[in-house]
Amino acid sequence: MQGTSLIAWMAWTWQTAAFFAFIIACLIAMTVWELRRPGGGPRRGILGLDTTRGDRLFISLLGAAYIFLAWLGFVGTPLWAPLGLSFAYAFVIFRWA
Amino acid sequence: MYKQVNQKAWLLVLPVVVLVAFNAIIPLMTVVNYSVQETFGDNVFFWAGVDWFQQILNSPRFHDALLRQLLFSAIILAIEVPLGLIIALAMPRKGIGVSICLILMALPLLIPWNVVGAMWNIFALPEIGLLGKGLNNLGFDYNYTRQPVTAWFTTVLMDVWHWTSLVVLLCYAGLVSIPDDYYRAAKIDGASAWAVFRYIQLPKLKRVLTIAVLLRFMDSFMIYTEVKVLTGGGPGNATTFLSIDLDKMALGQFDLGPAAAMSLIYFLIILLLSWLFYTLMMRNEAQ
Repeated sequence: MQGTSLIAWMAWTWQTAAFFAFIIACLIAMTVWELRRPGGGPRRGILGLDTTRGDRLFISLLGAAYIFLAWLGFVGTPLWAPLGLSFAYAFVIFRWA
Repeated sequence: MYKQVNQKAWLLVLPVVVLVAFNAIIPLMTVVNYSVQETFGDNVFFWAGVDWFQQILNSPRFHDALLRQLLFSAIILAIEVPLGLIIALAMPRKGIGVSICLILMALPLLIPWNVVGAMWNIFALPEIGLLGKGLNNLGFDYNYTRQPVTAWFTTVLMDVWHWTSLVVLLCYAGLVSIPDDYYRAAKIDGASAWAVFRYIQLPKLKRVLTIAVLLRFMDSFMIYTEVKVLTGGGPGNATTFLSIDLDKMALGQFDLGPAAAMSLIYFLIILLLSWLFYTLMMRNEAQ
C-alpha cells in the first residue's frame, strides 16, 4: 500500500491491517456481548483476581503478545505454534480466570 | 420503571476519542506497521516479517539496555520511596512551615525536564560545576563525562533531586488525612513513636505508597530527557537506558524497522508492569 495518498506514511500492509481488524472485531464482539448480557460477568477465577470480561480479554491479548515474543526469542519462526498456544491460553482465561 | 439512557453523552466523549486517536492510536498503528518492514526513506517499504523482533530479542545491546533500565529503576525506588517518606514524616503539620515546605518540595517538580538535565550537566562538570569541582577539591576523582560509576551517581542524584518531592507530597497528603483520633488512642495506650508509625501511619499510607511506587517506577523506567541532556547515554554506553538506546537506533542510525520493533517490546514491558502494579493496588484497596 505505497504511494502518495494521505495515509501512505503509515506504511500499511495487509497483515498489519488484518491484525488491527482482529482487535477491532474483538472489541465489537465484546460490546455486543455486553449489550446482550450486561454487567461484565465479574467473577474470581484461577488467577485469584476479580475479573470482568474486558479484563479477561486484556489478559488474553497481553499474554498472547508475550507468548509470541517468548517463542520468537527462544525458538524462532514459524509462528503457528504460538498462535495455537495463544488461542488455548485465551480459552483458559475466558473459561476459568 | 425504566432508566432513561441518553445517547447524546457519546458526543461529549467524541473530542477525547479524536484526541486519543491522533496522539496515541494512529502513531501506535504506524509503529506496528514499521516494525514489520524495512525502509530506506522516500516512503518505500519492504516486507521484513518478524525479523526485527527476533533481532531485538536476541540482541545483547537490548539485553544490556534493559538490565541498566531495571537496575536504575530499582535504585531509584530504593532511595526515593524511603527518603520521601522520611521527609514527609519530618514535615510540620501546622503553621507557616507547612506552606514553606510545600513550596520547596514543589519547586523541582515545576522545572522542565530538559532544564533539569542542563542544570545538572553544568552543576556536575568537573572543571567549573559546583558539585564536580567541589568533589574534586575534596579529593574525590570525579568526572561523570568519562567514568561510568560517577555518571551513574550523577544520574541517580539528579533523579532523586527531581522526583523525591513527588513521593514526599503524596506521603504528606496521606499523613494529614489520618484522623487525629488514631493518634489520641495511641497516646492513651502509651504507644511509642515507632509503634505509631508501624501500626497507624504505615498501614494508612499503603495506598499512597503503592501509587508513589507505581508512578516512580513507570517514570524512571521511561526516563529519557534528563539523561539525554546530562550524559547522552555515556560515557560509552554506561547510561544508555532503553529510551536512549531507542533514540540512538531510531534517530541516530535511522533504523526505523528495528526501532519500531524495540519500541513495541518496550511498550509491552511497560504495559505488563503497569497492569501488575494496578492489579496489586486494586487488590490492596479491596482488602
